[in-house]
Amino acid sequence: MDVVNQLQRQFLDYSASLHREGFLDDQFTQLQKLQDENSPDFVVEVASLFFEDCEKLINNMARALEQQGVDFKQVDASVHQLKGSSSSIGAMRVKNVCIAFRSFCEAQNREGCLRCLQQVTHEYSLLKNKLQTLFRLEQQILAAGGSVPAIE
Amino acid sequence: MMLGNCATSSSLSTTSDEDIVNNNLTALVVDDSPMIRKLHDMHLKKFGLKVQVAENGKNAIDLFRCGASFNLILMDKEMPIMDGAEATRELRTMGVTSMIVGVTSLDSIFDRQAFMEAGLDHCFTKPLTTENINFLLQELNKNNEEN
Repeated sequence: MDVVNQLQRQFLDYSASLHREGFLDDQFTQLQKLQDENSPDFVVEVASLFFEDCEKLINNMARALEQQGVDFKQVDASVHQLKGSSSSIGAMRVKNVCIAFRSFCEAQNREGCLRCLQQVTHEYSLLKNKLQTLFRLEQQILAAGGSVPAIE
Repeated sequence: MMLGNCATSSSLSTTSDEDIVNNNLTALVVDDSPMIRKLHDMHLKKFGLKVQVAENGKNAIDLFRCGASFNLILMDKEMPIMDGAEATRELRTMGVTSMIVGVTSLDSIFDRQAFMEAGLDHCFTKPLTTENINFLLQELNKNNEEN
């Protein structure tokens, strides 16, 4: 039981730090509340779909920004989609970069857009690692015979 | 198809009367993002609705043309092939009276107004929240009582 308690404490602390540092917002907590015994992998599945989305959209943005004559509307369309996905999963930092990114698209500022692309790629990678750590902690708790504590 | 599993879910379950009412409600989620489709599908199922998904406006129209009907349609705006505004206009022209609710990342009031004018009953900004769904279900149940 000690091991389980320790792992549960670790999970709660890690989860709290992700919220405190702005990686996740309340929307992610809402997602966790949707998961139940009928869909025990719901959050992991949604996160995987989100990361697939990110990769696809980031590639689209990169390709569009490489063009001689940049189509800023096209870049903006991808950023807009990423903003929607990231806000729906609670990926707050990614979402915030998207907000800034859209301003640069509107201003047709290529340098600004490239900076934001770098930032969004960085934030997405960070979040992916952190969520993978969080999910690993969950698996460890379950493997040790415990249950994953609910986040309030 | 999972029916009546709302009673077993944890924090989102309400009274059993509402569960019974909601179990008769059907919804269509129209969005080109697989992540959003999965999210909204789960969210609505938690409230006891039977849910189907479509990945763009044209697929949604085709479902109706094949005779499907839904109490509620959650419609994304930006989709390939046929976007949410065009799909909404087409559905209304076809005589569809379902509650059509836009769910979009559009943040300009002008864009949202244009989407509403396509024939929406309501428009929410992503992400859809539990409060939004509660509100929609109240509206749906009100409409059902009036009919």
